[in-house]
Amino acid sequence: MDFTLKIWRQEGPQEQGRMETYPVTGITGDMSFLEMMDVLNDQLIRDGQDPVAFDHDCREGICGMCSMFINGEAHGPNRKTTTCQLHMRSFKDGETIYIEPWRAAAFPVVKDLAVDRSAFDRIIQSGGYVSVNSSGNPLDANAIPVPKADADDAFNAATCIGCGACVATCKNASAMLFVSAKVSQFALLPQGQPERMSRVQRMVDQMDKEGFGNCTNTGACEVECPKGISLDNIARMNRDYLKSKVTGE
Amino acid sequence: MAQNGILQSSLAKKYAMAVTGLFLCLFLVGHLAGNLQLLTAASDGGRQFNEYAKFMTTFPAVKVLSYLTYFSVLFHLVDGVVLSLQNRKARPVRYAMERASTNAGWSSRNMMLLGTIVLVFLVTHMQNFWWQMHFGEVAMIDYDGESVKDLYTVVAAFFNPEMNRWALPAIGLYLLGQFALGFHLWHGFSSGFQSVGLRHPRYTNIISCLGKAFSVLVPVLFSAIVVFMYITQA
Ligand code: SF4
Ligand code: FES
Repeated sequence: MDFTLKIWRQEGPQEQGRMETYPVTGITGDMSFLEMMDVLNDQLIRDGQDPVAFDHDCREGICGMCSMFINGEAHGPNRKTTTCQLHMRSFKDGETIYIEPWRAAAFPVVKDLAVDRSAFDRIIQSGGYVSVNSSGNPLDANAIPVPKADADDAFNAATCIGCGACVATCKNASAMLFVSAKVSQFALLPQGQPERMSRVQRMVDQMDKEGFGNCTNTGACEVECPKGISLDNIARMNRDYLKSKVTGE
Repeated sequence: MAQNGILQSSLAKKYAMAVTGLFLCLFLVGHLAGNLQLLTAASDGGRQFNEYAKFMTTFPAVKVLSYLTYFSVLFHLVDGVVLSLQNRKARPVRYAMERASTNAGWSSRNMMLLGTIVLVFLVTHMQNFWWQMHFGEVAMIDYDGESVKDLYTVVAAFFNPEMNRWALPAIGLYLLGQFALGFHLWHGFSSGFQSVGLRHPRYTNIISCLGKAFSVLVPVLFSAIVVFMYITQA
């Protein structure tokens, strides 16, 4: 398969960026999107040009590093799929493919397609943890009864890989889906209760400080999230934050 | 205003949008109930409608509701503008290629545009009727010794092509306003519930169906009344 790629090139954070066009040839349908990028970069290096910088790590859909806005959608056209799990058979031979970095004031471009997502780390640092250390005794967890439904919801929230596709796809560059998943994974479990109210306040306040936009409930994040994180989490966070402000805890 | 105190956080601003928006939905129900009387008003020369209009503009408890409504409109507007400006700032560089329609509904992505059309409609609408009723020259009519403003004649004349040569364009703007209102509500109604965290597997579907029905029914009925006034007088 052959493709025409339109890729955002930007030398550094302060540099002016632009879209550039590159042809790639000899791609097979079984190659992942990142492997296709590897082919392109190989070609660029051979031609003595600067290869395209992009983030990736596990290449098996679990780390959240790969972050490309492909043909107008975060992680490309397939649902519940990260860029590394996207295969070229999902595209038509000869297609033109737009590849852009996540666009958000809170995710500044480092170079080309790589953006700085440390805003997410700072949100986690502000409250995405439980302060009390476990005793290391494995009986601990089993001694506390947790309803199955709550355990499932908490687990589902915890599957968020922090990729930032929700921010990238949201028309307001809002981080609500990510933050609400990280709030919910504790809010649903007994161990998360003591800090539940202060946690939601600190994490929401940090989210606002980072310059993410405001949620308008379009629901685009839920559709584009590779892990299928639900809007239920956003509602839970809205509820908890309201309660924390009303009760002044 | 929205930068400090309770409205400092993004969520607080969303709560304010939701509460004022949902309150305005209640206002719409009340207003619609009032307007529906126009369908039968010709039979008694508008007496029932005029007496109702007097009640609505003078009864103290209703006055309180009116001021709450004015306040909600203004707050919803200012808060909406602040949120929109912040949202723009959150994405300074736009995508060269975006397929937003694949993951979100049209109305949810165009609330600002729809709200602006509703606002333009609202300004002209208030100028035409609210201003007349409160500050304009409205003929008085006598019902059993009680003197009442004859708002019905003002409304009837406004939608009468023989008395108002702008009747047809005015109806056009009215219908456009209702159209925009419908789409604004299509997203806004259920969005308000989500913003304050009212979401539950058992009730969310009901709320969303209710919102859709509301967003169709209310503008259609408002429009039907106006079209009826026009056709019966044309
Ligand atoms: S909520 Fe989904 S889209 Fe957002 S960071 Fe987590 S996994 Fe990625
Ligand atoms: S590279 Fe780890 S999720 Fe794609």
